[in-house]
Amino acid sequence: MENIIYLDNAATTAVKPQILETMKPYFEEYYGNASSVYRFAGEGQKAVEEARREIADFLGAKPKEIYFTGGGSESDNWALKATAFAKREKGKHIITSKIEHHAILHTCEYLEKLGFEVTYLNVDENGLVDLEELKKAIREDTILISIMFANNEIGTIEPIQEIGKIAHEHGILFHTDAVQAYGHVPIDLNELSIDMLSASAHKINGPKGVGILYVREGVRIGSFIHGGAQERGKRAGTYNTPGIVGFGAATKWANETFAGRIEKEIELRDYLIGRVLKEIPYTRLNGHAVNRLPGNANFSFRFVEGESLLLLLDQNGICASSGSACTSGSLDPSHVLLAIGLPHEIAHGSLRLTLSADNTKEEIDYTVEKLKTIVGRLRSMSPLYEDFVKEQSK
Amino acid sequence: MSQVLEYSEKVMDHFNNPRNVGEIENASGVGTVGNAKCGDIMRIYLDIQDNVVKDAKFKTFGCGAAVATSSMATELIIGKTVEEALQITNKAVMEALDGLPPVKVHCSLLAEEAIHAALWDYAQKNHIVIPGLKPPVKDIEEVSEEK
Repeated sequence: MENIIYLDNAATTAVKPQILETMKPYFEEYYGNASSVYRFAGEGQKAVEEARREIADFLGAKPKEIYFTGGGSESDNWALKATAFAKREKGKHIITSKIEHHAILHTCEYLEKLGFEVTYLNVDENGLVDLEELKKAIREDTILISIMFANNEIGTIEPIQEIGKIAHEHGILFHTDAVQAYGHVPIDLNELSIDMLSASAHKINGPKGVGILYVREGVRIGSFIHGGAQERGKRAGTYNTPGIVGFGAATKWANETFAGRIEKEIELRDYLIGRVLKEIPYTRLNGHAVNRLPGNANFSFRFVEGESLLLLLDQNGICASSGSACTSGSLDPSHVLLAIGLPHEIAHGSLRLTLSADNTKEEIDYTVEKLKTIVGRLRSMSPLYEDFVKEQSK
Repeated sequence: MSQVLEYSEKVMDHFNNPRNVGEIENASGVGTVGNAKCGDIMRIYLDIQDNVVKDAKFKTFGCGAAVATSSMATELIIGKTVEEALQITNKAVMEALDGLPPVKVHCSLLAEEAIHAALWDYAQKNHIVIPGLKPPVKDIEEVSEEK
């Protein structure tokens, strides 16, 4: 692959070489089924439990509260569907937000078809859930609140502690999709009133295809994948031992590097945001200015369209993403950008750059220079910009 | 799927090196179609002399396919008589670009509409009737009025 500047770390991350190394023996040497009886399979079992302990420690949870899954989307599906089915005698109402990942939103739509009722909370212009609106939305028959820890597009970190408290005051289960937050924002489950939490390995330099669902001890949740007795009968399927080992190693790495890594990401992010807002006119930052993921920058450039922006960045070796309709395969731009109140034409011109601590200041400088040229070029081609300039000069 | 992989080389060429970008002062006809809500706006300027399109320019707010179809549409129209210009279909624009991904076919329709809108403007300004030409339906003004 040619030299690229990778600024799409919220989509996925590279597996660190040292993390890959920990996985290899479980492909080649200790390939035995971790559920088998013979000693040869014992190494796999030990490694799975070691990874579980690593993840539990990192979250302030107990190992038995961690269930391995096939990824964040599966964890979200499990938490919502299993809770809905387990609690349907008690109620049929679920509360979530308008800016959740599709793994939550589309699962909610599915549950609505089955007769459940879902309230989708609004967010303010910075993407924050309104706690008063949440309180008002709670009904006698509310069985679950699911609000993401941090948003994948605009990076806003939600008031999870307060939301958990409200949920528990009303005796309602609280699930959070922490796929973007895990390893990037401090999470201590001893401090937070969270009953279920989804996370994924590939957002923290681990492998794709492995996630967890944390389920607080005492919370009863039904089986999601039926079959063998893995994960205490809750999630059947032969253990993805190399993947689980990789998740454990990625967690260990994320834990050990946490402070320095986050500090560097924030520094790079703020440098990027500062330069872009200062040097490219008619640009806005989307998402919360302070309560935001350390690596997330999301901009809207007026008068330009996101896909064109991405294609031209790609020509220059820069990998990024956008919330424009053309990149989503529908006619509507991102539901998150619309939920924070952006008009369609401004939402179409959005650009998400998500950094890692492996990015450099030089890469950011190069990206800003290219962005200035590209946005300028697209504006010079834009009839919206033409009209705007004519309007201004009147 | 990655859009870059789905676009033909011709589409990428016209996106990266768009032909005839710009404006024509005192154009014989200007057509603007699409709306910002769905993410594509095309504006085509025509310079028509003696019933022949001498020059065409465009400005487009939109995706890679929108830029490429506008660029190709201006290429196809230059040198044509008004009657020939009216015959340029979205299919012709698509074929000239070696095809478009299915989700982008609407961009070629927009290019056809932009040509028609510019010809309509020309006809209105000159008080002539171009047989077979209908008034433009999708215009940026409609969106502005909604606000």
